[in-house]
Order: sequence, then structure tokens, then C-alpha cells
Amino acid sequence: MGRYILRRLGQAIPTLIGILVLTFALTRLSPSDPIQLMLGGQYDITPEDRIALRESLGLNDPLPLQFIKWVWAILHLDFGQSFYYHRPVMDLILERVPNSLQISIAALLVTVAIGIPLGVIAALRRGHIEDHGIRIFSVAGHAIPQFWLGLMFVLTLSVQLRWFPIGSMNAVGVDCGLCWDRIWHLIGPVAVISIAGIANLPRILRTEVLEVISQDYVRTARSKGLREKAVIAGHVLRNALIPVVTSFGTILLVFFSGALIIERVFNWPGLGRLTFEAAVNKDYPLVQAGVVISSVLLIFSYLLRDIAYAWVDPRIKAL
Amino acid sequence: MAVGAQTATRPRELPQPRASAGLWSNAWYSLRRDRLTMAAGAVVVLIILLSVGAPLLAEYVFKTSFERQDLLHTYGRPTLDPLAYLLGSDEVGRSQVVRLFYGGQVSLFVGFVAAFIQLTIGVLLGLMAGYFRGRVDDLITWFITTLNSIPTIFLLIIISALFSPGAITLTIIIGAIFWTGITNFVRGQTFALREREFVTAARTVGATPWRIMLRHILPNVLPLIFVLTAIDVGTIILAESALSYLGLGIVPPTPSWGNMLTNAASYFNRAPWLVVSPGTMIFLTALCLYLIGDGLRDALDPRLKSR
Repeated sequence: MGRYILRRLGQAIPTLIGILVLTFALTRLSPSDPIQLMLGGQYDITPEDRIALRESLGLNDPLPLQFIKWVWAILHLDFGQSFYYHRPVMDLILERVPNSLQISIAALLVTVAIGIPLGVIAALRRGHIEDHGIRIFSVAGHAIPQFWLGLMFVLTLSVQLRWFPIGSMNAVGVDCGLCWDRIWHLIGPVAVISIAGIANLPRILRTEVLEVISQDYVRTARSKGLREKAVIAGHVLRNALIPVVTSFGTILLVFFSGALIIERVFNWPGLGRLTFEAAVNKDYPLVQAGVVISSVLLIFSYLLRDIAYAWVDPRIKAL
Repeated sequence: MAVGAQTATRPRELPQPRASAGLWSNAWYSLRRDRLTMAAGAVVVLIILLSVGAPLLAEYVFKTSFERQDLLHTYGRPTLDPLAYLLGSDEVGRSQVVRLFYGGQVSLFVGFVAAFIQLTIGVLLGLMAGYFRGRVDDLITWFITTLNSIPTIFLLIIISALFSPGAITLTIIIGAIFWTGITNFVRGQTFALREREFVTAARTVGATPWRIMLRHILPNVLPLIFVLTAIDVGTIILAESALSYLGLGIVPPTPSWGNMLTNAASYFNRAPWLVVSPGTMIFLTALCLYLIGDGLRDALDPRLKSR
């Protein structure tokens, strides 16, 4: 197992290099001048000061050298100073990570809790009304624009009916970590993000359950007199869930992308909104950090997924 | 007996032997029986016609233009009189229905053109990776893994925020980002097909690699690519609308379904229809494209149908 994990880690390195190159290139090729952006509204700067600042930031170095310096700093977890907030980027990010994790983890739990039963029902009631209903929900869940769903949620349930808070993480003056007030605020964004996950999971699971249910060992289990529930839970679901593990990569990607827009709609101070605002403000160091860190998180979750897969199905390790 | 006489006089009709059906006519045969897919197709065609015909409809049916303001009739309720306010009017009294049709032009253009670009890139790279294998495959796979490790919408938002592209550039950028799914699919299929006898046969008579890829392998992969493309057009329309909603994609005054929603949210109390109609159009278009994708898949690959 240890060797498998090491090999998978090794495979992640070229991807990481690609992400670093792409991120660096994107921000450096952009037409705006970082010095101009950094100084913002300050006009009492002499041209000499500008040149000095440019020199001190290393912006006159050749691009490959700048890249190596930048990567070296990142390896020490230093993403530089934000142009906009004038604070170290790493501090800004670390403040937001727990907020984003709350949404993602909650959405994952909701997706699994609703998606798995739906997938099993769709397979067991194949061709019946439940199956058709779940299929329609799946297609609709993919096709509905998430930001619009979030917008409709806020406008109807929060603004009109006042059932839920309008946005942000806490009621004014309340900051209590993960308490009832926070959960109350989580419902909206988590519900909207989970819809995409719930649209994905049952479809995949249904195919797997149908595959497993026709196996001989399921017939054996039934014929030795096991209750149907025990057959489904112990024999069918356990085996059908193994390939489903790989689909979590897609679902996580959906969460990441969804979070960026949903965090904005619900005014949730997470990593996605921070990156979005940084992009709009052309706050390069923050943009770079946002992309690199969310990509690393994504690669890491792919890695966890593969390790989990290898753990439940030892044949994978040999591949 | 009248009935008996009638049957006796009619010459016996033998069922016409159907011409041996190919893949496409078989697919069309089963598609025509798939009412859901046909309905979805009809809706997409209708949306395309309404969008393309927007200037004519605006002039002759609604008798207004997409930019004509009427400050005396802001936040107008949906009404049949005048017809221009069929779906209400916005904060400066512009006709919502006309703007919706014009917005369709932009969203559909971005969707279909970007899908065509990603299809071209995706198929070419997929064929190359699958056929040449080795270094070429490693390089393309590395590129795909890298692109897939950055959430697509992050990439789109950053590129549009930093470079502020116009509609055409944005379309090209989307096309240049979305191709990885098609490439993966084509690559996998090519891996399998290149070992088949007909490819070996082509090679023995001296066909060049590109001829084998384009004339022998591509036609075998093509049908399911159409399925993926239909789905991708939907996904691209969704991405573009999200981008435009955030103020980064198509910028006003050009109406697009996404940017019509940017301001609409703030007027929700006075004019909820301004939020509902663009969202419904995006949803409906994406939904129909996904349904067409599903239907095409069933029609082209009957083995999947039993699942």
C-alpha cells in the first residue's frame, strides 16, 4: 500500500508543475502592469520610485528566473503580499479555508445521504415511476444553472418568505463556529451545491447496482434465505459502491466550481469568493494562490479517492 | 357482403422490403420513435429560430428594438398589450421578450461555436494520442491532467477577469479549455481500434498514419462524439451564462441570458419576471441539449439502452 501511495504521489508532480507554469503564465501575460495595480490610487509617486519598486520586486529579472523564485517561495508557503488587501496572501487564504471546507463537507454528506438511497431505488424499481422520476431529476439537476437556482433560493425563500437568512455565514454579532446559527446559514448554499452532486450519484450507482444484482452470489444470498434488505445492504450495495468511489472526483470538481459562484450568490466568505474577487481586482498574488491551492486540494482529493479505491479493491494496486 | 367484397378486390399487399439499414438510418429510425428526444429537438430548433429571427420578430411582431428604452413604462408587468411587454419590461422599460431572443443569439453562438472548436481540438489530439502513443500520448495526457486539476470555472473567470475578452475571443477561450473530455474519449477508442484488422489492412497497403486516423478510425468514433458534443453545448451555455452573470463574460449592452440576470436580482421585489425568464431559457436550452445527447446515445448504441 505504501508503495502504491508513493507512486501516486510521484505521478502528481508533473501535474503540479503544469499548474504552476499555467498559473504563472496566465498572470504574467495579462496586459495590466502590476506596479500600476499595486499603487492603485496613490498618485504622488515619482517615476524613479516606480523603477525602484519594479527592481526591488524582481520584475526586471528574466521570466524563467522570476518563475523559479516564485516557485521557491511557494514551496515555503509564501505567496507574497496581496495588492489589494496589503496583507500576506497566505493569511487571507488560511482565514477562508475552514469556511469553504464547511460547505464542501456538508454538501458531500448531503449528496451521499440522499444520492445513495436514490441510486438503489432507481435500480430496484427499474422502469417504474420511481426510476423515471429519479432520471428526470438527474437530467434537470445537471441542466439547471446553479447560480440561478441559488438566486431563486435567496429571492423566494429568504427575501420573500424570510425562512432563511439572506446570505453570509452568521447573523449580525453572532460568531460561534459551527453552531445552530451557522447551520441555519449553511442550508441554502449546501442545498444548491448538493443538487449537482445528487444529480450525478444515483445515475452511476444505478448502473453498478444493476450489474451486481444479476451476479450469482446475490442469487445465492437470496436462496439461502437472507432477507432482501440484508441482501441489498450486505451483498449488492457493498460491491456496487466500489466503482462509485471513482466518481467522487467528478463530484468534488462540481463542488469546487459550484462553490465559487454559490459563495458569491450567498455572500459566503470562502476560498471561491476570495479568488473571484481577486480576479476582478487583478490582485495577482491572490489569484495565483487561489488557483494553486484549489488545484492542489483537488489533486489531493483525487489522490485520496485513488487510495480509497485501492484499499477497497486490492486489484487496483497492481495496475 | 360489402365488407367481404372490399377485401376481395384489394390486391394483396406484401410488406415492402426495407433497404438494408446503415447506422445512421437505424439511428434515425429509433430516434423518430423516441418522443422525448424529438420534443427536445423541436424545442432547441424553436429557440434557435426565435434567436436567429430576433431582428425580424422585433421589428414586425413586437414593433420595438432590443435597446429602445421607455422610462414611462419601467418594470412593466407581462401583458399582451403592447405585445412587446409579453414578458414584461426591465428597469429602463426595454422589452424583456425581445432582449431574451437577442440574448439567445449570443448564448447559442458561444455554445455551438465553442463546442465546434473543442470538438476539433479534442478529436485531433485524441486521435494523435491514441494512434501514436508513446511520447505524444504522454504529453497530451499530461496536458489533460493539468487542465482537469484546475476547476474549469476558476480558469474561465481568471482569464476573463485578467484579459477582458470580447464575445469572439471568449468563445475561442472556452473552446480551448473544454476539449479534455472529448480527447479522453477519442483516445480510449483509438487505442482499441488501432489494433483491429481493418487498420492493419490499411497499413499494409501503405496508408499514411493521418489517412488511417481520419478515414478509418475517425468514422468509427464519430457517432458517439455527437452525443458528447450535444451535452457539451449545454455545459458551455451554462458556463457562459454563469460567467456573464458574474459580469465577466458577455458585457452589456449586448444582452445575453447570463448578464440579463446580473441586475435583475436587485429588482426582484418589483419585477420577479426579470429573474425568472432568462434563467428558464438557460435551463430549458441546457435541458433539451442533454436530453438530445441521451436520446442520441440510445439511438446510436442500442447496447446501452437495456441499462
